[in-house]
Amino acid sequence: MTTIPPRPTFTQDWLRIARMGGIAAVGQTFIALSNMPVRLDERLLIKPILSMGYLILIVLPFAVGYRYGHQIKREGMPTFTPSMYEVLGGALSGALAGGGLSLLAVLLRHFDLRDPLVNWSPILLNLLTFGNATWFAVIIWIVIGTGTGAAGGLLRLLGPRAYRTAISVAITVASAAVLESLIVDIAKGLGLENLTDRLYASRGGIEWLSAIVLAVASGTLGVLGRGRFRQAKTQLSQLEGTARTQANAALIALTLAALIVLPLFAGKLTNELLANVGIFVLLALGLNIVVGLAGILDLGYVAFFAVGTYTAAVLTAATSPRISPEMPWLLALIFVVVITGLVGLFIGAPVIRMRGDYLAIVTLGFGEIIRLLFLSDWLSGWFNGAQGLVQIPPANIFGLTEIGGTEPRRVFYLVLAFCALAIYVSWRLERSRLGRAWMAVREDETVAEAMGINTVNIKLMAFVVGAMLGSFSGAIVAVKVGSVFPSSFLIVVSMVILVVVIFGGMGNIVGVIAGAAVLIGVLGGPRQPGLLAEFSEFKLLIYGALLIWMMLARPEGLIPSMRRSRELHQHEITQDAWLKN
Amino acid sequence: MGLLAFIAQEIDPNNPFASWVNPDATGLTGAQFRGLIISGIAQGAMYGLIALGYSMVYGILGFINFAHGEVFMVGAMTGMIASNKLADAGLWETNFIGSLLIVMLLSVLVCSLTAVVMEKVAYRPLRNTPRLIPLITSIGVSFFLQNASIVLLGPSAKSYPEMPDWLKDQYTFLGISGARLLVIFAAAASMAVLWYYVENTKNGKAMRAVAEDAEIAALMGINVNRTIVKVFALGGAMAGMAGILWGVLFRSVIHSMGFLPGIKAFSAAVVGGIGHLGGAMTGGLSIGMAESVGPLMILEPLGVNGVSQLRDAVAFAMLIVMLLLRPSGIFDERLPAEDRT
Repeated sequence: MTTIPPRPTFTQDWLRIARMGGIAAVGQTFIALSNMPVRLDERLLIKPILSMGYLILIVLPFAVGYRYGHQIKREGMPTFTPSMYEVLGGALSGALAGGGLSLLAVLLRHFDLRDPLVNWSPILLNLLTFGNATWFAVIIWIVIGTGTGAAGGLLRLLGPRAYRTAISVAITVASAAVLESLIVDIAKGLGLENLTDRLYASRGGIEWLSAIVLAVASGTLGVLGRGRFRQAKTQLSQLEGTARTQANAALIALTLAALIVLPLFAGKLTNELLANVGIFVLLALGLNIVVGLAGILDLGYVAFFAVGTYTAAVLTAATSPRISPEMPWLLALIFVVVITGLVGLFIGAPVIRMRGDYLAIVTLGFGEIIRLLFLSDWLSGWFNGAQGLVQIPPANIFGLTEIGGTEPRRVFYLVLAFCALAIYVSWRLERSRLGRAWMAVREDETVAEAMGINTVNIKLMAFVVGAMLGSFSGAIVAVKVGSVFPSSFLIVVSMVILVVVIFGGMGNIVGVIAGAAVLIGVLGGPRQPGLLAEFSEFKLLIYGALLIWMMLARPEGLIPSMRRSRELHQHEITQDAWLKN
Repeated sequence: MGLLAFIAQEIDPNNPFASWVNPDATGLTGAQFRGLIISGIAQGAMYGLIALGYSMVYGILGFINFAHGEVFMVGAMTGMIASNKLADAGLWETNFIGSLLIVMLLSVLVCSLTAVVMEKVAYRPLRNTPRLIPLITSIGVSFFLQNASIVLLGPSAKSYPEMPDWLKDQYTFLGISGARLLVIFAAAASMAVLWYYVENTKNGKAMRAVAEDAEIAALMGINVNRTIVKVFALGGAMAGMAGILWGVLFRSVIHSMGFLPGIKAFSAAVVGGIGHLGGAMTGGLSIGMAESVGPLMILEPLGVNGVSQLRDAVAFAMLIVMLLLRPSGIFDERLPAEDRT
C-alpha cells in the first residue's frame, strides 16, 4: 500500500456537500410534515433531554455527516486518510440538513398550506421552535444540524473502531429505551421493581443519569470485549461432528427454556406481544420456504393465511352457517392443513410454470380474489360475507386446557409449540433432498433441470408446503381472536410478511425469526401494535422504506444465509477474483 | 346469432347474454348496454394509459415496476390539489378548459419527476441483479408512496371540485356522457402523442433501440441511462394523465386508489403483449370492457349473485387465463435481449 495523503483540495467537494445536504433537507422536511416528530414527541427516550420525536429529526443530519466521508475504493485510485475535512464537510452538510427545518419553520409561520398538507399546524411549528420565536428555530436547527453532522464526520475520522463502539452504545441505550415496557413488565414479575424504578422515569423514558451509566457500561464492555464475541462465534462455527451438534443442542435448549420460563413472569400485554410475534414467525417461516428456499416470489401468501383461518372458523364455530356439527379444534386442524394444502395445489398447479415475475403478480391476484370470495354475497352462505364469523370457541387441547384469546399466555405456548414444529420441519427440509432441489431451482432453473430435477413439481411442492405451514397460524389466529373478517386479509399482510422474511434474511431460519421479532415486536404487524405503539401510523411507511433500503444495501438480510448471500453477490465475487489475477 | 339469442332467452328470459346478441330482447335495454360498453371503454382507456408505463419499462429493463400504479395515484392527488386551488381562485368555473389543461400539465410534470426519481434512487443501482430483486424493491417503493400520501395528505378520501354542467351524466353527446367522451378523447390524444414520439423522433428511436438490445445500442452511441430516464418520464407522464382523467370521471381520490388500477393495467399490458405500445392500449380496452360487462354477462347467467362485488376478480381471472393460454399477449410481446427465450 502506498502512503495515502489526505484529501487534496476542499474546493471539489462543494457539490457533494450541497447534494447530500439538500437531499437530507428534503428528507427532514418530509419527516417533519409526516407528523412523525409531533406524534412521537410524547414518547420520552431519555428524560428530560430527548424524545423520540426529536431523535427522528437528528438522525438524518448525523447520517449525512457520516456518509460525507464515505469513499468508494476504486482499483488504481488513491483513497485518502480521513482528516478534519471530514468533520468540516459533515458539519456543513448537516447544517444544510438542519437548515431544511429552519426554512420549514419560517414557512410554517408565514404561510398556511393546511389545505393539502394535513400536518401543517401550529403544533409542528411549536415543536420546531421549542416554544420560542421563529428566529430561534432558524438558528437552533442549523446549530443542531451542524453539531450532529460534525459528530458524524468525527466518527468517520476516528475510524471503524470508534464507529463500532458508538453503534453498540447507541443500540444498548436505544433498546433499553424501546424495550421499556417489556423490561418493566418482566422485572415486575421477577420482583425487581427497584431496579427498573431507578432506570426508568415514572412517566416513561430512561433517567438521564442511568442513560449515561448504561452508555459508559456498554462502551467499556464493547472496548474490553472487542473480538471476543466474534471469536466465540468462529469457534462455534469451527466445531465439527458431535461437538457441533452438542453446542447447537445446548443453544437451542437454552433458548427454548428461556422462552418457556419468561412468559410465566410476564404480564398479559407482553404475552400478547410474544404471541403476535410467534404468529408472524410461523407465517414468515412458511413464506421462507416459498421465497427463501425455492425462490418463488409469492405476493398472495395472505390467501393461505385466510383459508386457514376461515377453515378453522367454519369448522369450529357454532355461528358458521353451513357446517352444523362443531369439531374440536385439534380435529379441525387436520382439515385446515389438508384444505389449505389443496388450495395451494389448486392455485399453484396452473400458474407455477410461469416466469417468476408474472407468477408474483398472479399470486397477488389470487390473494385478492380469495379475499373477495370470502367477502362476496355469492359465498356468504358459507362465510357470512362482511359480517364474518364470530364466537369461535377456545381450543380444547386433549381436555387439558382451553386456549382462547383471553389467555394470551396459553396462546403463546400454543404458538411456541407450532413454531418449534415449523422450525424443525423447515430445518429438516432445508437439509433434505427436496430442500437441495429447491435451492438448485432457485439458483438456476435451467441447470437444475439439466441435473434431472423436475422443476415444476419441485416448485409446486414448495408452494404447497409453504401454504400448509401458513395455515397453522391461521388456525391459531382463529382461536386467538375469536372472530374472523375478510378485512383482516388485505394484501398488506402479504407484504408485511415479505418484509419480515427479506429483512431477516431470505432462506435463513434464524434470520427469519429475528426479522419477525424485531419488526413485529417493535413496530407491530399490519393490525397488531408493537412495543412502539406510537409508530402505528407510520409503520407501513417505514416498512416500505426499509424494503427499498434492504434491497439496495443488504439484499441478503439481517442474518444472511451463506448460500443466498454468495448468490446475490456473485457479481462482486467474480469481479474480485478477476482483480486478484 | 338470432338462434343463440333465442336459446339464451329460452334458458333464462333475463339472461344478459340474450341482450348482448339482441340488445332489445330482454334484460338490459339497448341504452343500458351501450352505457356499459362506453364506461368500459373509458375505464379501459385509463388502464391503457397506465399500462403504457408498465409495458415500456418491462420492454427495456425486463422487470415489473410495481410502483407504477402509485405514480398514477400521485398524479390524481396532484390534480386534486391543483384543481381545488384553482377552484378557490375562481378559475375552475370561469375558464374550465384552461384550468384543466394547467392541472394536466402540472400532474404530468409531477408524475414524470416521481418516476424519474424512483428510477434513480431505487432501480438504477439494481440494474444488473436478478429480475425479482428490482420487483421486490418496487413493492417497497409502492408501499412507501402510498403511505407517504397517507401521512402527508391524510387518510381520508378527497374530491375534485364540482365539474361544469357538460361533464355531468345527464348531458350526453350521441348517447355518451360528456365526462366519458372527454376521457376517451384525452386518452386517445395522449396515446397519439406518445406514438408519434416513440415512432418518429430521434429519442423514440433510441428507446426502441435500447429495448431491442441495450448493449448494442450503447455501442451505437446511445446514452442508455438517459434513454431509460426518458422512458420512465414518459411512462410517468401517461400515468399522470390517467390520474387526472380518473379524477374528472369519478371525482373522488384516495391513497389506495393506485393499487387495483395498477394491477389491472399490468394485466392489460400482459394481455396486449408486453413491450408493445398498441398492445397496451388494446389490452387496457379489453380489460375495461371485460370488467364492465363481464360480471353481468358471464357470471350472472352462471347463477352467481352479487356479481358487481366480483368485478375486480374478473380482471385477475382474465390475466391468469391469458397467461395460461397465450403468455405472449394479443400482439407478440417484445422483451429485452437477455430475456428472450
